[in-house]
Amino acid sequence: MNRRPGIAIERWTPLSRAASAMTAALVAILAMAPLFLGANAIDRLTTLFIYVLLGTMWNALAGYGGLVSVGQQAFFGIGAYAAIRLSHAGIAVYPALILGGLLAGLFSLLLSSFALRLRGGEFAIGMWVVAELCHLLVNLDGLVQGETGTSLIALDAIAPGHRRDDTYWLALAAMVTLLALVFALLRGRLGGSIQAIRDNEEAAASLGVRVLAAKRIIFIIAGTGCGMAGALWLASSITFQPQAYFGVQWTAYMIFMALVGGLGTFEGPILGAVLFFAIELLFGASGIWYLVGLGAAALIFALFLPRGLWGTVEDRFDLRLLPLGYTVRIAAAAEPTAERER
Amino acid sequence: MIWVNQILQGVLLGGYYAVLACGLSLMFGVMRIINLAHGDLAVLAAFLVWLLTERLGIPLAPALTLVLAAMAALGVVLQRVVLERSLRAGILVPLLSTFGLAIVIENLLFEGFGADTRSLAPAIGSLAYDSWSISDEIYVGRLSVLIFAIAVLLLAGLQLLLSRTQLGRSLRATAEDPDTAELVGINSRAVYAAAAAIAVATAAIGGVLFAMRAAFAPYAGPSQLIFAFEAVVIGGLSSLWGTLAGGIVLGVAQSIGAQLDPHGFLIAGHVVFLLGLALRLTFGSAEARGRLRALLRRSA
Repeated sequence: MNRRPGIAIERWTPLSRAASAMTAALVAILAMAPLFLGANAIDRLTTLFIYVLLGTMWNALAGYGGLVSVGQQAFFGIGAYAAIRLSHAGIAVYPALILGGLLAGLFSLLLSSFALRLRGGEFAIGMWVVAELCHLLVNLDGLVQGETGTSLIALDAIAPGHRRDDTYWLALAAMVTLLALVFALLRGRLGGSIQAIRDNEEAAASLGVRVLAAKRIIFIIAGTGCGMAGALWLASSITFQPQAYFGVQWTAYMIFMALVGGLGTFEGPILGAVLFFAIELLFGASGIWYLVGLGAAALIFALFLPRGLWGTVEDRFDLRLLPLGYTVRIAAAAEPTAERER
Repeated sequence: MIWVNQILQGVLLGGYYAVLACGLSLMFGVMRIINLAHGDLAVLAAFLVWLLTERLGIPLAPALTLVLAAMAALGVVLQRVVLERSLRAGILVPLLSTFGLAIVIENLLFEGFGADTRSLAPAIGSLAYDSWSISDEIYVGRLSVLIFAIAVLLLAGLQLLLSRTQLGRSLRATAEDPDTAELVGINSRAVYAAAAAIAVATAAIGGVLFAMRAAFAPYAGPSQLIFAFEAVVIGGLSSLWGTLAGGIVLGVAQSIGAQLDPHGFLIAGHVVFLLGLALRLTFGSAEARGRLRALLRRSA
C-alpha cells in the first residue's frame, strides 16, 4: 500500500489489542469453568453459548448479508433431528450431535441456490415456509411420533456430571469456532463484499463483487451455526418435540438479540445474547408479558435505534473493540500535503 | 367424484385466501412492504367482532361495521407510527418492525382472551352449516359460496377503485414512483395512509370470514399470514385477480393434499408454493421468458 505521510490506516488500535487479549483470556477461563463452577452455572452458561451462537448467526445473515430470514428455525430443528436420527442409527452420541449440525449446513447448501434468489420479504417468508415444511415432514417420521416427539436416549447412558461438562465444552467449542470463522471471513475480502451487497446489491455487482457466492457463504455458515445450536439444545434438554424446535419463536429470539445488541456489528449480538439471557432469567417466569416485551423491544429498536445498543455506542464514542474494520488517522498538519498529492 | 368435490371445495377455499391476501398484495404493490403482522391483524379483528357479539350482545351487522371502521383507523395509525418510519430506514427495517408488532399483537390477544379457541359460527346461525347439494356426493356449503362471492366483489371493488377513482390514480402513481407523484401534486403520505387503511380493513374482513368458517385462537395469525402470502406469490406479486387465481391454486392443492393424506393439507400447500416460486425464478425473468417463448415456438 502506498503510504502517505501523516495518514495511517490502522487495523490494530491499542484498545483492540487489549480487547483481543481479553477475549482470548476469557475463552481460556471459560474452557476451565467446569473445574470450578457448579452444575447449575454450567447449564446456564451452555444456554448462553447457544444464544450467542444464534444471535451471531442471525446477525451475519441480516446485519452483514442483508438477508432477513424468518425461517432459521428450520436449521435449528434439522440439526437436532439429524442428531437424533444418526444416534438412532448407532453413531456415538457426541459425534452424532456434531454431524447433525453439519448436516443442517449441508441442507443450507442445497437450499441456497433457490433461497438466495428470493428478495427481501419473499426471502423472509419463503424461509418461513421452508421451516414449516421441514417441521411437517419431520413429524411424519415414525421415530419422532408427530408432536409427541422423542428423546436422545443415548445421552442418558452417560453419567449426568460427565454429560453436563461434555455438552458445555462442545457448546463452547462450537460457539468459539463459528464466531472465529465469521470474524475471519468478515475481516477478509468477503467482509467488504458482503457489506457492499447489503448496502446496494446492484452497485456491488457492477464493481465485480460475486454477489451470489458471497451470500451463499454467509447463508451456509448461518445454517450450520443454527444447526449446531439446535443439536446443542438437544444435548442440553435431551427431549425432541418438533414444535419446540421448529417454532418461529426462535426467530423472534434471534431478531431480539441481533437487533437490540446491534445489527451489523460483531460485538452487538453477543451483548444482545447476554441481555436476552439475563431478561429470560429475570422475567421468563412472567410468561406472556415477557414475550410481549420481547416483541415490543424489537419493534422499538427497529424504529428508533436500528444500530442497536452496541452500534450506538460505537458511533457515539468511535469505539472499536475487536479489530474488524479499519481506522483512518489523519494528522492535522499533514492534511494539506495529502490533498496536494491527490 | 370425490376428487371433483375436493377440487370444488379447494376453489371455494381459494376465495377466502384471496380476501385475506388482497390487502397484503395492495400494501406490497403500493409501499413495497410485506406486513408480517397481517395475519395477526386479521385475528385481532376476529376477536373484536367476537367480543362485541358474544360478550356485549351487539348484533352482527353493527358489530362488523364498527370493527371494520376501527381496523381501517388502526391501519392509518400503523402507517403513521410504524411503517412510515420503517420505510425511511431501508428495506430490512419494515420486516423487523412488523415482525415485532406481530409478536406483540398475538401475545396481547393471548393475555386478553386466553388459549381457548373461539368461533363466530354461532353468530351466523344456520349459515355456518347449511349447504346445497349438487349431486349425491357433492355438497357446497352456503358459507363457502358466500365467501367466494365476497372475494369476487371485494376484488372487483378494489379494481374499480384503482382504475376509476382519483384515489386509485394516486395509489397507482405513488406505487410507480412516490417522488414523481409528489411532483405532480400527490400527497404520498396521505396515499400511503389510505393504502394501509384499505389493507388492514380487508385483513379484518378476512379475519372475520376465517372466524365464521373455522375456530380461531390468539396464535392463529402467523399461519394465516403464510397462506395469504402464498396466494399472493403464486398469483404473481401485486396483481389483484392474480391473488384470486393464486388463492384457488393454493386451496385446490391443499384440499387434494388433504384427500391423499391426513397431514397432506399443509404439506401440499407449502410444496405448491415453493414449486411456484421456483418456476417463477426459472422462467420469470425477461431473458428466461424469451427462452420459454423460443422453446414453445420450436415445439409448435
